[in-house]
Amino acid sequence: MGIILDKLPYVTEKIPGGKIILTSADYFINWSRSSSLWPLTFGLACCAIEMMCAYASRFDFDRFGVFPRPTPRQADVMLVAGTITKKMASRIKLLYEQMPEPKFVISMGSCSNTGGPFYDSYSVVKGIDKVIPVDVYVAGCPPRPENLMYAVIKLQEKIKKASLCNKVKS
Amino acid sequence: MQQSEILNKITQKFPKIEETKCLEGSFKDYTLAIQVNADEILPICEFLKTNEELCFDSLMCLSGVDLKDYMKVVYHLYSYKHNHKLTINVVLNHDNSVVNSVSRIWKTANWHEREVYDLLGIKFEGHPDLRRILLPQDWVGHPLRKDYVHTPDQYD
Repeated sequence: MGIILDKLPYVTEKIPGGKIILTSADYFINWSRSSSLWPLTFGLACCAIEMMCAYASRFDFDRFGVFPRPTPRQADVMLVAGTITKKMASRIKLLYEQMPEPKFVISMGSCSNTGGPFYDSYSVVKGIDKVIPVDVYVAGCPPRPENLMYAVIKLQEKIKKASLCNKVKS
Repeated sequence: MQQSEILNKITQKFPKIEETKCLEGSFKDYTLAIQVNADEILPICEFLKTNEELCFDSLMCLSGVDLKDYMKVVYHLYSYKHNHKLTINVVLNHDNSVVNSVSRIWKTANWHEREVYDLLGIKFEGHPDLRRILLPQDWVGHPLRKDYVHTPDQYD
């Protein structure tokens, strides 16, 4: 994915030996943020299997710049893939707080959205949005990798709407 | 060893023990089940493991059941040496659900007993470390008991 010059508000200036491109800070920052969404490597239940499948060669999320990181310090997006138990909720919150700004959350699957089939359970959190704020919800049990891919594209669209003057609005 | 032989062997040593009859007659893979009092479980398990002919060297599973009127701890034993199985049932009251721990005899029982304690509140006397194993340590109550009432918290 290179810079798509058709959509880029830019000015070129010739200098000896080549050209300089001048563009808006908003566009450039949003472009770089949205095309390197590094998720935190963790999975909670069977949704994690679909998530791993999405990272692997057939769906190849690396082409969007989605590339799992093993530490929250380097992660931009948290993919909550699976059932959140009450014991796990506080740990997820801690991981979320350790991620640097700007940070985004994709809630993947029914369990993570609402508690899913475990809605009546004594030990399951009824949706990750009770613990951390969510940007994109993905429906499915578990969602197909295509569905997750659509969520990533939606998140990229959201990031591209942001401006340095305003924070990201949902 | 045949199932009747196993039962004979046990009743020779512990005459009070009876076989738990299966409701639907015998299944194809029916295993012998015996009923044991809660205070007798330690000497019987010790005997079942150390006896040369029985030699139940493996505790396949230790589970707890709440049947509303009473509670039960079920031990599934297996002998690798002789390839035979045995089920032990221990019936307990809700009010006084205490049984001796067998974690001394089979190390497997340690975590299984912790799980039964965590979810059903059955106490195992003599257990080296009877803490909750699955639920958070500050959890109130034992959720798989029939009389458990769940109070919604911040995550519900």
